[in-house]
Amino acid sequence: MNTSQTEILTDASSKNITGKPVIEINNLKKSFDKQEVLKNVSLTLNDGENLVVLGKSGSGKSVLIKCIVGLLTSDGGTIKVFENNVGELSRKELGELRHKIGFLFQSGALYDSMTVKQNLEFPLRRIKRNLTEKEIEEKVNEVLENVGLADALNKMPSQLSGGMRKRISLARTIVVDPMIMLYDEPTTGLDPVTSDEISSLINDVQKKYKTSSLIITHDIKCARSTANRIIMLNEGEIYMEGKLADFENSTDPFIESFLK
Amino acid sequence: MKKLNPVVKVKGFATKQSVRLSEKTMAKTAIANNFLTDLSDVFLFLVQIFRETFSRNFEFKEFFRQCFQIGYKSLPLISITGTIMGLVLTIQSRPVLVKFGAVTMLPGMVAISLIREMGPVITALICAGKIGSGMGAELGSMKVTEQIDAMEVSSTNPMRFLVVTRVWAAIIMIPILILYADTFGIIGSWAGANIKGDVSFVLFFSQAFGQVHFMDLIPAVIKSFFFGAVIGCVGCYKGYNAGRGTESVGVAANSAVVLASLLVIIVDMIAVQITDMLL
Repeated sequence: MNTSQTEILTDASSKNITGKPVIEINNLKKSFDKQEVLKNVSLTLNDGENLVVLGKSGSGKSVLIKCIVGLLTSDGGTIKVFENNVGELSRKELGELRHKIGFLFQSGALYDSMTVKQNLEFPLRRIKRNLTEKEIEEKVNEVLENVGLADALNKMPSQLSGGMRKRISLARTIVVDPMIMLYDEPTTGLDPVTSDEISSLINDVQKKYKTSSLIITHDIKCARSTANRIIMLNEGEIYMEGKLADFENSTDPFIESFLK
Repeated sequence: MKKLNPVVKVKGFATKQSVRLSEKTMAKTAIANNFLTDLSDVFLFLVQIFRETFSRNFEFKEFFRQCFQIGYKSLPLISITGTIMGLVLTIQSRPVLVKFGAVTMLPGMVAISLIREMGPVITALICAGKIGSGMGAELGSMKVTEQIDAMEVSSTNPMRFLVVTRVWAAIIMIPILILYADTFGIIGSWAGANIKGDVSFVLFFSQAFGQVHFMDLIPAVIKSFFFGAVIGCVGCYKGYNAGRGTESVGVAANSAVVLASLLVIIVDMIAVQITDMLL
């Protein structure tokens, strides 16, 4: 990693909200075989904001979020996270950058063979290596209380409901104090009440941990309750960008059909 | 004399029969091609595993957990199959040896068969079924449910954590399981010898190991390590490279067993040839 990148990562560890861009995507392209999934997508996530990326299934939302974290390699364009170009980072540098990014997977992705406690300890022991056993225990208990599941400590993921799995997954993501949260369909497959709870948890996380969040969803209710700004993605391209009010005032038939 | 009609060859012309033949040939070529592609990919996967093994931060805790899973949890199955292997071999061989008046050779013959060939190959095939399919299914389901991606974004190298530990656990534990199966095979053989005769345990063991030489054991142990590497590597390769749908978990488990079993037999054949040339 060059000197400027190291400085930026060090500076970024402070928790003061600056409003500066933390993720900058320019002309991102991604194809699978001959199918173009993302076509010249450009967006910016500013420090401390909740940016919702709306779009119907297959519009390239999940591909976008996986490109940001380096799980997929883009075919063109640039992705800068804290001014580090993700495509140019070595494996080690990418690993260090990922310490600052939390990723909530659509399926929760809890490790089936581990208890809830072990699931939470897993990233903590690997990312925050200087913590003592007592500090790890305190941190695990704290995040479990924050997601309202303090009594689930010794349960296996198979003993949890869908909503509980999402909460534990969120707890596992925030346990390492990330600066950016990437949510991949956080409310998919949940009942309306649990969806509302997850949406309010996303807002709580933003307030308490001062994170910048990119929320990928097709759930307009979740978008309404969490978004500071919305980007509508359609067939791999940005269709519309603006505040919630701009979307609600839009007379575009596609936007109207989505907001119904 | 009747003049034969010349065979007319028209470019681009094919009879129904030749089309059927070419389709069959293509299908056979595709199977061979898939097998060779799998083989080269497994080899490259193995190279990657060795490269990751000698990098820093070996996951010892996970390695010991996998040793427990592969070794300790396979003991009941290996005990039963090992015992039956020795018992059946003795019951089948005894009448022939009695006919030639060589029944005293029975313990030695069974011990050599078990240690040199039957024990390693049959145990490895059972392990390919139990351990190979388990690895394929477990890693396949982790891939489908994005657990491997979650590990990757948690700054954990999934290759090092999931694959390297499992492959090394298989390399270490499968030879131990094979020696364990050999021991139970000889106990089973003693039980088989006592069905129609009366041989003391001590006499049977002394006769058995009187015929076994150190050089019978060494090639068997060496090839056992290769069996472990093949089973661990194929199981992990199939699981780690499973597709995204739930169906791919079953495919990964199934193809892991098929390819691992086939490779065990091929490795055995090569090991036997090398042993035959050297000894």
